[in-house]
Parts: sequence; C-alpha cells; structure tokens
Amino acid sequence: MPEEVLAIRHLKKNFGELTVLEDISFSVGEGEVIVIVGPSGCGKSTLLRCINGLEGIQGGEILLRGTPVPKKGKDLTKVRQKIGMVFQNYELFPHLNVLENILLAPMKVQKRTREDVKEEALAMLSRVGLESKAESFPRQLSGGQKQRVAIVRTLCMHPDILLFDEVTAALDPEMVREVLDVILGLAEDGKTMLIVTHEMQFARAVADRVIFLDNARICEEGTPELFFDKPKTERAREFLKTFSFQRKSRKRQEVS
Amino acid sequence: MPDLGFEVLLKGKNMARLLGGLGTAMQISMISVAISIFLGIIVGILMAWKNPISRAVTRCYLEIVRIMPQMVLLFLVYFGSTRAFGWNLSGELSAVIVFSFWGTAEMGDLVRGALDSIPAHQYESAWALGLSSGQVYRYIVLPQTVRRLIPLAINLITRMIKTTSLVLMIGVVEVLKVSQQIIEANRMSSPNAAFGVYLVVFLLYFAACWPISLLAGYLEKRWR
Ligand SMILES: Nc1ncnc2c1ncn2[C@@H]1O[C@H](COP(=O)(O)OP(=O)(O)OP(=O)(O)O)[C@@H](O)[C@H]1O
Ligand SMILES: [Mg+2]
Repeated sequence: MPEEVLAIRHLKKNFGELTVLEDISFSVGEGEVIVIVGPSGCGKSTLLRCINGLEGIQGGEILLRGTPVPKKGKDLTKVRQKIGMVFQNYELFPHLNVLENILLAPMKVQKRTREDVKEEALAMLSRVGLESKAESFPRQLSGGQKQRVAIVRTLCMHPDILLFDEVTAALDPEMVREVLDVILGLAEDGKTMLIVTHEMQFARAVADRVIFLDNARICEEGTPELFFDKPKTERAREFLKTFSFQRKSRKRQEVS
Repeated sequence: MPDLGFEVLLKGKNMARLLGGLGTAMQISMISVAISIFLGIIVGILMAWKNPISRAVTRCYLEIVRIMPQMVLLFLVYFGSTRAFGWNLSGELSAVIVFSFWGTAEMGDLVRGALDSIPAHQYESAWALGLSSGQVYRYIVLPQTVRRLIPLAINLITRMIKTTSLVLMIGVVEVLKVSQQIIEANRMSSPNAAFGVYLVVFLLYFAACWPISLLAGYLEKRWR
C-alpha cells in the first residue's frame, strides 16, 4: 500500500437544511488517480471545495498527509499550497499575462525567485504546447489553452495532490481532447489526482479507482473495469445508461 | 454672412475674462473631484461591505443625492446655511461642498460596482493557490477594480466639470456668468453677441472635457 496523501473520514456537509455530503470516507494514496462521477447536483464540486477549505464542513475530518486541513487563517493558506485545484471555468487572472498568472503564487506565496520559477514555467508551458503564448493575455486564448495554462499554474506550486473539477465541461468539444491529454500525461508522471468528470471514456482511461457519488453518499467504488463493465448497483447502471444513445423513439414512431 | 457677434470677444479683456471664468469653474471642479475620489473610495468600500447597516446608510445617501437636483442642493447650502446657521459661506466653498457631496456618492457607487463585479471565483482560484486574503486584494482584486474604475471615474469627472456651470446661480463668477456679463454689456452695439459668446463657451467646455474623454476611451480599450 503506497503512502496515504489524502484521507477523508465520515465527512458531512450541508447547506442549511440541504444535506450535500453524508458520511463520505475514502483515501487517496501516493500516485493514485481517483475519478469521481455522479449525477449533476450530487455534491462532487462541493466535495472538492471542502477538501481545500473553500467550504466549511459540518462533520468528519479531512487529513492531508495525516494532518487535518485547518478551518481558516494562516494555517489553511499554508495547506492550500499543497492542494492544487483547477476549476471548470478556467479562472485565470484577466489582468495578468500567462507568465505572470503562473509566477504570481510561487513568487508571492513561496518566495521563490523570478528566474527560478520562470524557467520552470516556460518548460511546463512548452510541454503543454503553449510556449509561444507566455506573453499573451487570457482573453487572447481559447478555452482549451486557458485551461492548460490553469493546469500549469497549479503545477508550478508543486502540490501534493491535484483536484480537477470538470475541467473540460465548459469547453467546445474539439478542445476537450487537448486538455484531457495533458491530464493523462500527468497520470503517466505519477501525480496524485482527484478528478471529477463527465467524460466517461477519459475516466476509464485515467482512473486507478472510480468513486460513484449519488444522493450525497458514496454509492459504489471500484476499479474502472468493474465499475463501467459490471456496475454492482442499480443506481450506477441507471447513471451509466445516460451516457449511451439509442434510437428507439424514432423507430417506434415510424411503426405506429 | 450673418453677424454672429464674435467681435465682442476681441473687445478689451473680454476673452481673458472668459478664460478666467473657465479657470474658476475648473478650480471648483478639480477640488471637488479630488475630494470625491478620496471619500468615494471609502464610501464605495462601505457600500460593498456585506454589513446591512452600512449598506442601508450608504444606500440612503446615494438615493438622496440622486433624487435632489444639484441646483436645489446648491441653494440649500449657499442660501439656506446663511439663514439657518448664520454661516456666510462663499459661493465657491458652497459649490465645492455640494459637488463633493454629490461626487462622493456617485464615485462610491462606481467603486461598489467595480468591487461587486469581481467574480467570486477570482477570489477562490487565488485562495486555492495559497494566497492570503491580503495578497488576494493586493494582487488580484485591487488591480482589476482600478482598471474597471478608471474609465468610469473619468466619465464622472467630465460630468462634474460640466455641472459646475450651475454655480453661476449662486453668484460665482465662472464662464457662463462672464458670458452673460459680456452679452449684457454689449446688448446695444452687437445684439447677436449671445450666439458668438455661447459658441465660444461651448468650445471651451469641449476643449476641457474632450481630452479627458479620449483618455477614458483609450484606457478602456487598453484594459478591457
Ligand atoms: N453555496 C451553496 N449554497 C446552497 N446550496 C448549494 C451551494 N453550492 C451547492 N449547493 C447545492 O449542493 C448540491 C451539490 O452541488 P455541487 O455543485 O457539489 O454538485 P455537483 O455534483 O458538482 O453537480 P454538477 O455535476 O452539476 O457540477 C446541489 O444541490 C446544489 O444546489
Ligand atoms: Mg460541479
């Protein structure tokens, strides 16, 4: 068993009366890639947001390398450097160019020198095919390019774990691939990742383990082969069915 | 060609007086603008604050300023204060008080708008990178707010400059007042002076506000 990077125990989260997460427990080992799937509104985003303290929790605990993630203040700020998060809507800072977007946190938060981070940033940009865009502003980039920059920006902080929240959901179909390829590359490198996605083909390819969330709870958990080919629960079967298409309705109309 | 009455401007010191009047108007507006920007930033932050009391108070202030015609405010401060408190405020001081009172509210609302327009996820992605709240304000929120604010603030400045023409109503000798005096004085010799003189006043205001508008447009494009 590899070393445990993230452990979540009996996590509970509600917004007022609404219970969004109930008794969630799982852990992520070093180098492990876990994909979280589930119907819209089942609490996937909320789970990721709880992990890096963007949402408070009502019960249970979240441990990063054995120490609880603090609720707020300086300690939380420190732990967040170790948890990289990429959001659905490529949140680049519009007033800074690509390079400045990447350099900001390593220089201001980790106090690294500009030369040091810049060298690393340029190398990573060229790895995701964007070396020529270092001086561009976010508004001059396509959605897929922005999302790749957001990933590089997070990587330059050298986090222990990466959280991806539907990073391709807001992209045009032809740009989805370029972003998913980058994430597949990170998996090859052995990065520890927790990925929320609606791209089932991608989930199957990248995941070491799939967690199926439904009705605020973990409903099923297993290897991608088991989950996608032989789902144990009825709910998972129903969910996976929504991703396949059939032409029943039209045929039926023609018959009647 | 009809007589447009430009010749009166060449008589004696008329042109110089007109420019002097413009100077007075500019002086009043620049002092008011400076005060409004400074106080407006503070009021704007109070407006954006998620505190119901500060929101209600600033909201009331803004509504009062928006509903009251500036002329009424001017009369109230200039004439009213003499009557009620026996103060003898000069016309210029009254004008500065009224325009700052008005400008602060408008500036405050612009600052609030700019602060509110920074989406929540800008804060969140910055926090997620490990920036402290102070750093988030300094490197993310402030620069974006300023960029959104400057074109709007410049717009407000030109509005304030234009509105200073109202001060002639309380006896401050600014451009329009000088114009009226010139026109009156030459009523017999050049009855058409009104057109020529007011046209020149129009051009003077234009010359004062146009570069400022240009700057606003330029910054807006550059900082989009
Ligand atoms: N700030 C909030 N206040 C109140 N309710 C919220 C808040 N954020 C999310 N919710 C609710 O919590 C539930 C889970 O939301 P969440 O965004 O985590 O779902 P999700 O699984 O990410 O869905 P999707 O696949 O559509 O992104 C939803 O019912 C949502 O309406
Ligand atoms: Mg979501």
